[in-house]
Amino acid sequence: MIPSAFDYVAPTTVDEAIQALSQAGDDAKILAGGQSLVPVLRLRLAAPTMLVDLNKISELRGVRDDGNVIVVGAMTTHHDVINDPLIREHAALLALATQTIGDPQIRHRGTLGGALVHADPAGDLLAPAVALDAEMVIVGPGGRRTVPASEFFVDLFTTAVQPDEVLIEIRIPKKTGWGAHYEKFQRVAQAWSIVAVAAAVRTEGGSIAEARVALTNMAATPVHATGVEQALVGQPATAETIRAAAEHAAEGTSPMSDGNADPDYREHLARVLTQRAVASAAGLAA
Amino acid sequence: MTRITVMVDGVSYVDDVEPRTLLVHYLRDKLGKTGTVVGCDTSNCGACTVHLDGRSVKSCSVFAVQVDGSEITTIEGLARDGQLHPMQQAFHDNHALQCGYCTPGMIMQAIDLLGDNPDPDEQTVREGLEGNLCRCTGYQNIVRAVLDAAEKMKPAVRAQQQPSTVVGGGI
Ligand SMILES: Cc1cc2nc3c(=O)[nH]c(=O)nc-3n(C[C@H](O)[C@H](O)[C@H](O)COP(=O)(O)OP(=O)(O)OC[C@H]3O[C@@H](n4cnc5c(N)ncnc54)[C@H](O)[C@@H]3O)c2cc1C
Ligand code: FES
Ligand code: FES
Repeated sequence: MIPSAFDYVAPTTVDEAIQALSQAGDDAKILAGGQSLVPVLRLRLAAPTMLVDLNKISELRGVRDDGNVIVVGAMTTHHDVINDPLIREHAALLALATQTIGDPQIRHRGTLGGALVHADPAGDLLAPAVALDAEMVIVGPGGRRTVPASEFFVDLFTTAVQPDEVLIEIRIPKKTGWGAHYEKFQRVAQAWSIVAVAAAVRTEGGSIAEARVALTNMAATPVHATGVEQALVGQPATAETIRAAAEHAAEGTSPMSDGNADPDYREHLARVLTQRAVASAAGLAA
Repeated sequence: MTRITVMVDGVSYVDDVEPRTLLVHYLRDKLGKTGTVVGCDTSNCGACTVHLDGRSVKSCSVFAVQVDGSEITTIEGLARDGQLHPMQQAFHDNHALQCGYCTPGMIMQAIDLLGDNPDPDEQTVREGLEGNLCRCTGYQNIVRAVLDAAEKMKPAVRAQQQPSTVVGGGI
C-alpha cells in the first residue's frame, strides 16, 4: 500500500519539467492525475526515483479554439473535458467517451494527456483520439514535434512519448454538426471496457457523407475500422446498411483472451457494438 | 521531507511529509483524522473520499505533497456546532448504513454530487455514487438518504430552517 521512496518536484513551466526529467534520467516519471500511476506505485509495479508533477503548470490545462481545430491541454481533467462547451460542440465523441471513465472522483483528477500516454488497451480515450484524427504535440529536449494519433500508440502501454518528453496538448480537427456515440461494454459500472466502439458520422440528406469508427480493446493499440467506414460512406443512413457495414468491424483486429472474454466473443462484441454505435451516431435508434 | 501548508476541516497545518505519503495516510496518521478510511488497494471503493479544493477525490490516489496550498474537507469537518450536516442527518434518518465503513466516503461523494446537481433523480444519484462501494446495504437506503438530503437542502426549504453554514449542496 505504501510506494517506495522517491523525490518529488512540481515545476511551473514545461521547460522546467523537461529539465527535471533530463537531469533525473530514466528513473523519473511524470505525475499527471495520478489515477493510473498512483495505484501502480502503491502496488510497487514501478519504483521511479523521481516524480515530476505537472499539476502546477497552468498552461497545460484548458481548451481553446484555434480555427479548424480545438486544442486541449494535456492536463485538462476528464471532468473538465466532459463539461467543456467547445469539446461538446466540435468533438462530442471525446466528451461521450470520457463520461464512461471510472467514476466522478477519478474523473476529477484523471487527465486526457495521462490517459493517452498511459495507453491501456482498454482505455476509453484512445479510440476516440484515432476516430477524431487527433494530433499529439510532444515537447522534449530536442524541441517540439507533432504525432498523429494513428502513429502515437505503439504497443500495450507504449506511445511515441519518450521518457524525457512531455505530451503538452492534443489538437482535434473540428467535427461540428457530426453525430457521435461511444458504445462501451463492461461487466459492472466503474469498470474498464471489455470492448467499446467510438463512432462519428456526418449525414447529408439521409445519406452517410463521412464516417469515422475506431475500436477499444480489440488489439494492443486502438483499431481504426476502415472496412466499416468504407461500407458506410455514400450509403443511405438506414438500419440495414449500418448492420451490413458493422459486419466488417472485426477485420484487422487481434483481440486478446482474458477472464472477461475470449477472442471470438470480442469479435462478436465488436460487430454488435459497432452497429449500435453507428446507428446512434447517425440518429437512428440502435 | 517536503514542507506543506494545508487547510484541513478549517484548520491550517504546516507539516513535513515524505513525498510518498498518501493523502489518506497523512490525514489519518499525522492529523488523527481517522474518520477517513481505507477500504481497498485499487482505488475502487471510494471509502477514502474527501473534498480537495471543493471537488471529491479518492485520498488514496493523491500524495500529501500535492495538496500544498489547498483546502481539504473530510467527514470530520461537516458538522457545525454539534449539528450534523443535512447529509449526515439524512443517512441517520434513513438507516443508510449497516457496518458504516463506506459511510464517510458515501457522504462526501453524495455532497459533491448535490453540488453538481441539487435536484437529482434516482438514476443520477446511483451514477453519482458509482465510485463508492457498499458491502452491506444493497444501496437502497443510501439512495433514499441522498434524495432526502437533496430535498431538505433545497434553498427554499433551508430558508425556513435555522441557518448554519454547510459544505456543498450547491448553496
Ligand atoms: C478505479 C479506476 C477506474 C478507472 N476506469 C477507467 C475507465 O473505465 N476507462 C479509462 O479509460 N480509464 C479508467 N481509469 C484510468 C483513468 O482514465 C486515468 O485517469 C488515466 O488512465 C491516467 O490519467 P492520469 O492523468 O491520472 O495519469 P497518471 O496516472 O498521472 O499517469 C499515467 C501515465 O502517463 C504518464 N503521463 C501522464 N501525463 C503525461 C504527459 N502529459 N506527458 C507525458 N507522460 C505523461 C505518466 O508518467 C504515467 O506513466 C480508471 C482509473 C481508476 C483508478
Ligand atoms: S481506499 Fe481509496 S478508493 Fe478504496
Ligand atoms: S454499510 Fe457496510 S460497507 Fe456500507
